[in-house]
Amino acid sequence: MSSEDQLQVLVLDIYSQIKGTPLELELFKQAQIISQNPLLRSSELKQTVIETLSKKEHGTQLKNTVYKYLQKRPAVPHPKAGPEHLKEPLTYIRKAQSNWDKRIVKSLNSMCTELGVPLARKRSEKDQKEVIVHWGELGTAAPDLSAFRPVYAPKDFLEVLVGLRNPNAHSGEPSSFSSLWGIIQVPLRIRSIMELRLRFNEMSINQCQTGVDDNPDIPPELFDNDRSKLAKKVLNNKHSPLSQEFLKKGAPPGVRAELWKQTLGVDVDQIDQLYYEQLKSYVVQHDLLVDSLIYKDVKLTATNDDQYFVFEDYIYQVLFPFSRDTQVLDHFKHSSANPPKSYIRGKLGVEEFAVHYPPNGVIPFHGFAMYVAPLCYIYDDPVVLYYVFRELYMRYFFRLHQISSHPQSIVSLCLLFESLLQSQEPQLFLHLKTIQAQPLRIAFKWLIRAFSGYLDSEQVLLLWDRVLAYNSLEILAVLAVAIFSFRKTNLLQVGTASAAEGVLADITTLKVVPLIQLSLFST
Amino acid sequence: MATQGQPRLKYACDLDKSVLVNNFDRRGWIQVSPDEDWNFYWASVQSIRNVFSVENGYRLCDDQVINHFPNHYELTRKDLMVKNIKRYRKDLEREGSPFAEKDELGRHIHLDFFPTTFMLPADYNLFVEEFRKNPSTTWIMKPCGKARGIGIFLINRLSQLKKWSRDSKTNTFTAPSAKDTYVIGKYIDNPLLIGGKKFDLRLYVLVTSFRPLKCYMLKLGFCRFCTVKYNADVTDLDNMFVHLTNVSIQKHGAEYNAVHGGKWTVANLRLFLEGTRGKEVTDKLFDEMNWMTVHSLKAVSNVMANDRHCFECYGYDILIDDNLKPYLIEVNASPSLTSTTSSDRIMKYNLISDLINIVIPPEGTPDVRWNKTPSKEAMGNFDLLYDEELAQSDLLNQDARSKLGMTGPGLRGARDPKLQSKATWK
Repeated sequence: MSSEDQLQVLVLDIYSQIKGTPLELELFKQAQIISQNPLLRSSELKQTVIETLSKKEHGTQLKNTVYKYLQKRPAVPHPKAGPEHLKEPLTYIRKAQSNWDKRIVKSLNSMCTELGVPLARKRSEKDQKEVIVHWGELGTAAPDLSAFRPVYAPKDFLEVLVGLRNPNAHSGEPSSFSSLWGIIQVPLRIRSIMELRLRFNEMSINQCQTGVDDNPDIPPELFDNDRSKLAKKVLNNKHSPLSQEFLKKGAPPGVRAELWKQTLGVDVDQIDQLYYEQLKSYVVQHDLLVDSLIYKDVKLTATNDDQYFVFEDYIYQVLFPFSRDTQVLDHFKHSSANPPKSYIRGKLGVEEFAVHYPPNGVIPFHGFAMYVAPLCYIYDDPVVLYYVFRELYMRYFFRLHQISSHPQSIVSLCLLFESLLQSQEPQLFLHLKTIQAQPLRIAFKWLIRAFSGYLDSEQVLLLWDRVLAYNSLEILAVLAVAIFSFRKTNLLQVGTASAAEGVLADITTLKVVPLIQLSLFST
Repeated sequence: MATQGQPRLKYACDLDKSVLVNNFDRRGWIQVSPDEDWNFYWASVQSIRNVFSVENGYRLCDDQVINHFPNHYELTRKDLMVKNIKRYRKDLEREGSPFAEKDELGRHIHLDFFPTTFMLPADYNLFVEEFRKNPSTTWIMKPCGKARGIGIFLINRLSQLKKWSRDSKTNTFTAPSAKDTYVIGKYIDNPLLIGGKKFDLRLYVLVTSFRPLKCYMLKLGFCRFCTVKYNADVTDLDNMFVHLTNVSIQKHGAEYNAVHGGKWTVANLRLFLEGTRGKEVTDKLFDEMNWMTVHSLKAVSNVMANDRHCFECYGYDILIDDNLKPYLIEVNASPSLTSTTSSDRIMKYNLISDLINIVIPPEGTPDVRWNKTPSKEAMGNFDLLYDEELAQSDLLNQDARSKLGMTGPGLRGARDPKLQSKATWK
């Protein structure tokens, strides 16, 4: 396929996304108005329409839509490659993920049988009313959860990643020079420290940052005032790439909500409101087994967290509708995983009666609720909260619990963490390895939750600012390395794995931005 | 530790609370009985009455400090606080102070920081007049002398108050004691909700002197959440879990969580408000709360017996409404030092530690002749809220420079952050 053809495909694909939306209608209307100008020459018609439109608000909206599409677009595989390459090019990884998928489904099914609960059942009229009445306080309406357990915990998942092997790679002697010190043994392409420095160069120490230079002890005239002014300008511009660029140095807390919405292209309109109401009505009508899993997870995590317990009910209002949202299925097009299937009763194995279960294809694991929790600090309206979370999940978070060779998948992040730590802090790595405290075994829980629940909530938001800004999760691995470096002196003194874990048990006092800066840019 | 090489003080303590005793022990202080010679006495409110009673004739020495002012109840008894603040308003109005400024509806702009309140039975008739203006309002009845949510109830019909009206008529000549007196305040029915839940704010304020006023605000205050979703429905008036945030009440609710105890730090509140409402309104709210505290202290500074041996740590209870307007609900003279959770214990331990650093001069022995100006390092988690002495001297400097006459105590000078940076929180 020539590059021109590829462009053609791209344009058609983007057009199919815009087709039929209010935006298209509006653009069409505007174009008609412009073309009605009697002074316009027909030879200049096309040029004028394009130029005028691009200057208008809807032109910016169109640009934002295209930008959003490009941001999420997966790398185009080789034209000769099969369609499965779009999901995952490496066969052995594909197999591993498919085995993992099967394992989860099996575990879910056995829980069903064990507890004698169906995957889904229609609620009685009375129960439906109850759900509606208690919508704002679902936490108090939780069923008995004592028999439920999370389908899997990060630890179980880590074991699977550790077991990954590339059958084509020659590993050599176990003691050989080239073998990796870490526990992830998959050869994937990851960035070197020099590449990371280039990638994150706006975070270098000589540049002012929100999260460092907005400290209340520093006079606001030096940085904060100008930063807030600039933020307002960026917001007024309504242009996604601009707000994304701005986020590279962090968002002042007062404007973060809008900056994130703009960067993610989330703009909740009436249709979105209706769609959320629709999802809500699905929750009211049917009781799903995953609801109990969500309940269990929230009760185990957010409810007991002194930063997030306040938001317990908001998290249900996001995660219950989320599990019913079939638009979430879209992300499976470019993810290595496949949504689990279930069959209508009595039709097991008959493809026509297959349905995705849960409808969004995502089975929550222990800690899933923590992807939502920090967002509650910036979005007070559950509907907006919902759409921002959904966008973040479909762009980033799904990569944290799927096996894939994507540069931002959890596998690559783990490998990046291990190789960075190995090259930056060889002495520390060797020490920890010797005392059987593999660093990744400590850092994995941070990575899989994108640090949510481990850091102070403000720090989580500052970190996620950078995830959005660089459109990449790699910063998580960089931060994990930075934390190890920061606690190096203490870590070098411990002699057991549990003591090492103890040193890193509480990281709530850490400030992420200076740590990342030090780790990346100090020499 | 910073206290090393410092004199070992003798302390007396009425309360067997670990956050106190651990602090004293850590400093190597020696425990003595309250009857012996102590340098530092953490007394209960009851003992204070004895220490300062006329019959006792006890005279405190220069190297003794004690944790209450003799008539702290001027601030901490609900009826007296209301009385004092109302008088303070009138005084300021008479002086023509800029603080007494009113809006077009006749409400104070700066001094309207507690809900419309009356004393019962004394103000019964005034209350009825006010009630009839808005008959559908809910009011909250609180006994004057009790704390921790005891004896509080809500009413929305006059008939529920019959008892107080009759009593008031028979007892006009005997002044009712604090036990039978109630304050009735307009119930804030549009509280700020977070995650659908109501909360109030507990702030810790340390006063080391009332004349000149020297006060400090602890950064580590917290929000106390109701475990049940807020519901303004009048049929729910009897469900106190909805309305009262006192931990001592919430603890008995079925939903009480022992890990966090329903407590949320002020830092979290600030992050949430900045994130959802913006920085300007959040800053304004926190400023207003600081001003409110200063005003409430100014309101009693003239009636308070300003004994130089005394300091006091007050627990300020503040409610915030939906429009981010703060209301002062009450002030406690002996905020609970019982810890409900582990982070609570750490916070309270640090509170006492910082408090001691501020109250005791750098040399390590209490000295009433000390100017009570601690260094910034000694303040720890406390921020200077207001130091009248420093503010006045700043003002004099300013006057000397600009030759511009200013009326009043010049509190408004705080608007210029550079000038007043030492004298207030700004």
